[in-house]
Amino acid sequence: MPSGHSTLADLRTGQRCILDRLDLPDDLSRRLMELGFLPGNEVTLGRRAPGGGPRVYRVDGTEGALRQETARHLYVRRDPESDLVVLK
Amino acid sequence: MSDCHNTGQPKINLLPNPNILPPRPAAERPIIVAIVGPPNSGKSTLFNRLTGLRQKVANFPGVTVEHRMGKARLKSEQEVFLVDLPGVYSLNPRAEDEQVTHDVLKGERPDFPKPDAVILILDVTNLGRNLVLAAPILHLALPTLVLLNMADDLAQRGGRVDVGALSAELNTPVALISASKGTGIDRIQQFLLGTAARLNAPPARIELPILQDVPKCRQWAAQLGTRASYRAPAPPIWTRRLDAIFLHPFFGPLIFAAVVVGVFQSIFSWAQPIMNALQDAVTVSGVWMTHYLPDTPWRSLLIDGVWKGVGSVIVFLPQILLLFLFIGILEDSGYLARAALIADRTMARIGLQGKSFIPLLSAYACAVPAVMSTRVIEDKRDRMATIMIAPLMTCSARLPIYTLLIAAFVPNTHILGNFLSLPVAVMLGLYFLGFAAAVVVARLLKSTILQSKGSSFILEMPPYRWPTARSLSLRVLDRAKVFLHRAGTVILGVAVGLWVLANLPLHNGHVPALEHSYAGMIGQAIEPLIKPLGFNWKIGIGLITSLAAREVIVGTLGTIYGIEGEETSQTLQAAVHHDLSTAGAIALLVFFAFAMQCLSTLAVVKRETGGWKWPIFQFSYMLALAYSGSWLAFHITQHFLG
Repeated sequence: MPSGHSTLADLRTGQRCILDRLDLPDDLSRRLMELGFLPGNEVTLGRRAPGGGPRVYRVDGTEGALRQETARHLYVRRDPESDLVVLK
Repeated sequence: MSDCHNTGQPKINLLPNPNILPPRPAAERPIIVAIVGPPNSGKSTLFNRLTGLRQKVANFPGVTVEHRMGKARLKSEQEVFLVDLPGVYSLNPRAEDEQVTHDVLKGERPDFPKPDAVILILDVTNLGRNLVLAAPILHLALPTLVLLNMADDLAQRGGRVDVGALSAELNTPVALISASKGTGIDRIQQFLLGTAARLNAPPARIELPILQDVPKCRQWAAQLGTRASYRAPAPPIWTRRLDAIFLHPFFGPLIFAAVVVGVFQSIFSWAQPIMNALQDAVTVSGVWMTHYLPDTPWRSLLIDGVWKGVGSVIVFLPQILLLFLFIGILEDSGYLARAALIADRTMARIGLQGKSFIPLLSAYACAVPAVMSTRVIEDKRDRMATIMIAPLMTCSARLPIYTLLIAAFVPNTHILGNFLSLPVAVMLGLYFLGFAAAVVVARLLKSTILQSKGSSFILEMPPYRWPTARSLSLRVLDRAKVFLHRAGTVILGVAVGLWVLANLPLHNGHVPALEHSYAGMIGQAIEPLIKPLGFNWKIGIGLITSLAAREVIVGTLGTIYGIEGEETSQTLQAAVHHDLSTAGAIALLVFFAFAMQCLSTLAVVKRETGGWKWPIFQFSYMLALAYSGSWLAFHITQHFLG
């Protein structure tokens, strides 16, 4: 796993992680939190749009797509208990 | 609850006018129950099921947010009105639709009475996340019924929930339902019938988390779920499987392209025979009426003004309904979100986003539904930019004049061997011209007045679902009503106005020759302005009448040259040769490609943007584009043709 400050943008397909914090303007991070992107929640990278568009994340029982430029501001935690697990 | 079937009161299905209702619950005003829920929770399906077609769409004044009101179909005479508020995740007034939902529920909108009760509908397949909305709703302390929708989905995928326990925890009635299948609807009927009795009951008290703290609220919801023995359903396998195909790196874009071409093809090829039949019906009935009505100015007003004017717009109804049917299928099935995902990267290049794609596609049929469907775009700047460029897409109202001028001026020769004929190439060129202009304008707007601060493209991917015939037909009927209403008001008014201008002032008690009518005078007055584009005053009249709707110009030219509808269009083609050079014709085509000649679109843009600022801006920039574009086209063509 990349060390330092990894973000959702660094995930590979099928990888899981724990969301740590959102470094985005208030209303944008609120909206993401309402969608399930809450600190402490587990996030899995699902598919990506064909041709390298936004990527689909599974979080809190739902799926939401974010552009990489947004995902770059969602920091993930290296949690010893549930370390970033490679599923595939 | 009153079960009186003979109260002596007339049964009326009129909806209450929110503006005249007293602000507080009063005996004489009907009970209003608000339906609230997150997006994709099945709110509209429920609303449609509870009201049937007895509903109307309205905008809150000053904002772009739409709400629906309808009378509940109850098993008693009691009148209960339902209002379908915009889908929200929370009541924190941030976006405009959340503000409206918040204000209505708190009774803070002067133009709308405070609801007497709330129906909160949640997607039970993701109870934890959905229950978060229960906190602010219960905080309102209004009688509340919590509906756990998609019960069928939950059971099928092995999830469960203890409704009784949840009801006890929330201290309010809870019911498990399926809005699309209609199970559990009886419970809602009971609730609605009991609303009146419940009005004076003391509000239930439960402990709620601090509403501003999203993580705390989510925690509270999770605890509730645990206490109600909630077991989340297994992930939707079919959605995963379908996404493997629809978002496949190779097949995904291929299917996307096929869907786009398919929609496009069918709204033109399937709708065309129906549209032709409607056009014939309008013409034939006009002729028929001409025979049977006495020859007075009123006959002319009725047939040439009202009938042909409104008829020219009604003709587009099949195409628009078909378009809405397709959009409905795409949206209800869940594919629309995937299409937005696939389109996002390409749309980002012109400064827009994936959600702008479907509105722009719709605009090829008609800009009016396109502007209405931009509601899915949450980013206000992206939405404005999409609205601003939508009318540059070649809508079907441009086709009559394109067809006429191309047939009259472009020789039917082949270019590129036998592959492409020149008329088809010109037609394609006009489609491309509009598209290219849209791209340029979008880029300009998005890098200047509509510049976004950071991307906020957040797209929720709903599971795939079968669209129901019920929901689709309601959607199509609803749009048909909106469209016909407009044809019956705006278009009718313009048609009558134009007829008056073309037939007045009377000359010795007779209808004047065209050049002496008000329309003719206006045409001559603007001639100096349009002469540099190669147009004379007769074309000028056409330009003015077509400000109402583009297709009107063909009828106007027909009137100008004294050609009746049944005669061959070749006569009209020959006639326009008198007044247009080839360069002028090309200039006219370019003018129509760019100009904002559509009152309906301007009206809907005004409604959707909440004021006159944007429609005026749109009209002006498109007129400037049209004028300079056709000036260039005229002079370039003249130069090359000698």
